[in-house]
Amino acid sequence: MRKCTKIFFAFFVLLFVNSYVFALSDAFKNNIYNPGQLKPIDSKLNVKVGDRAPDFTLPSLSGKKISLRQFKGEKNVVISFVPAAWTPVCSDQWPGYNLAKVIFDKNDAILLGITVDNLPTLYAWTNQMGHLWFPVLSDFWPHGKVSKMFGVLRSDGVAERSLFIIDKKGIIRYAHVSDINKRPDLKDLAAELEKLNKD
Amino acid sequence: MRKVSIANWVFIFLLLSIGVLFAETPPPKEGGVLPEITLSVPEMQAHQDYLGITKDKKTFHIPEIKAKVVLIEIFSMYCPFCQQDAPVVNELYNKIAQDENLKNNIKMIGIGAGNSSFEVDFFQKTYHVNFPLFPDRDFFIHKMLGGVRTPYFIGVKINKDGTHSVFYSKRGAIENASKFLNLILSKAGL
Repeated sequence: MRKCTKIFFAFFVLLFVNSYVFALSDAFKNNIYNPGQLKPIDSKLNVKVGDRAPDFTLPSLSGKKISLRQFKGEKNVVISFVPAAWTPVCSDQWPGYNLAKVIFDKNDAILLGITVDNLPTLYAWTNQMGHLWFPVLSDFWPHGKVSKMFGVLRSDGVAERSLFIIDKKGIIRYAHVSDINKRPDLKDLAAELEKLNKD
Repeated sequence: MRKVSIANWVFIFLLLSIGVLFAETPPPKEGGVLPEITLSVPEMQAHQDYLGITKDKKTFHIPEIKAKVVLIEIFSMYCPFCQQDAPVVNELYNKIAQDENLKNNIKMIGIGAGNSSFEVDFFQKTYHVNFPLFPDRDFFIHKMLGGVRTPYFIGVKINKDGTHSVFYSKRGAIENASKFLNLILSKAGL
């Protein structure tokens, strides 16, 4: 076996055992499906910072339809796309945003949580998180239409783990697609929201 | 196709063994010892004083904490049960802190699995947690402790000779501070 092959193999093994880690809350018991290590990013953004955000209307868990345009002139909007209900990292992301409401309030922002799951699935899943203060929207049908508009629909039909900040004028101020296997640091989102107040 | 030598097969086996070892580390067992966890000395003087750890060095190990018993909570800012249980954990801390016989003998720390410094600080400020919390952004400690679901509590008894033993290791929220404290006192023999 050539030396470089050995090094590659060692790197692969160590990468595998070290990269896919998550801490799962006991709130979800044994109900989480582990898809294993996934390709970090599997789509290409259709929008960029400075663009006008594409408008959309989606059904929410409250039973009401929510449109992006309804927040124009009223609230900054953070959109959190997460890949899928009942998966490890996603299940530990929104409960943190639930706790961090003060960060959103301080920056006059609303959070919209979006997945490509249908409403019954989202209902059962988010019930395990406690009472969420932000709307949870279903991009189930037409499947992933809004995710595709933003360029965060992966080839397997789930959304990327991604965050967008849209200001009160409807302009995208932050667009970030994370490695699907890792949760983004709240610090980065908080810092980007703070920037809205400096302009 | 080239033949792979015995030496190379041994090399592959060792690598995979290392992988399995790290991937399947079990949680600490009662009667056993902690893995060698290295923590950064807290920046706050009050936390240094609480743990009895001086700023002379940058890091320390849990058995160096000046106490007979150390309670470790593995938590996450992102864990709904940890959030719900935070007031009960604070109640436990207060019960210990207000008891003259216990306050110097039992110390508590929290380790934020997958949490950055910012996230741990946010949790600490939100729930007014008075004991030291440590970030574990890359899950390094969490993996050493078996990748447990959160919250998870570990009780460690520290002996006079510097050795230690785990006397409690269990997943789940405390739910009742008084009952939990009595259980810990009983299991630790305090």
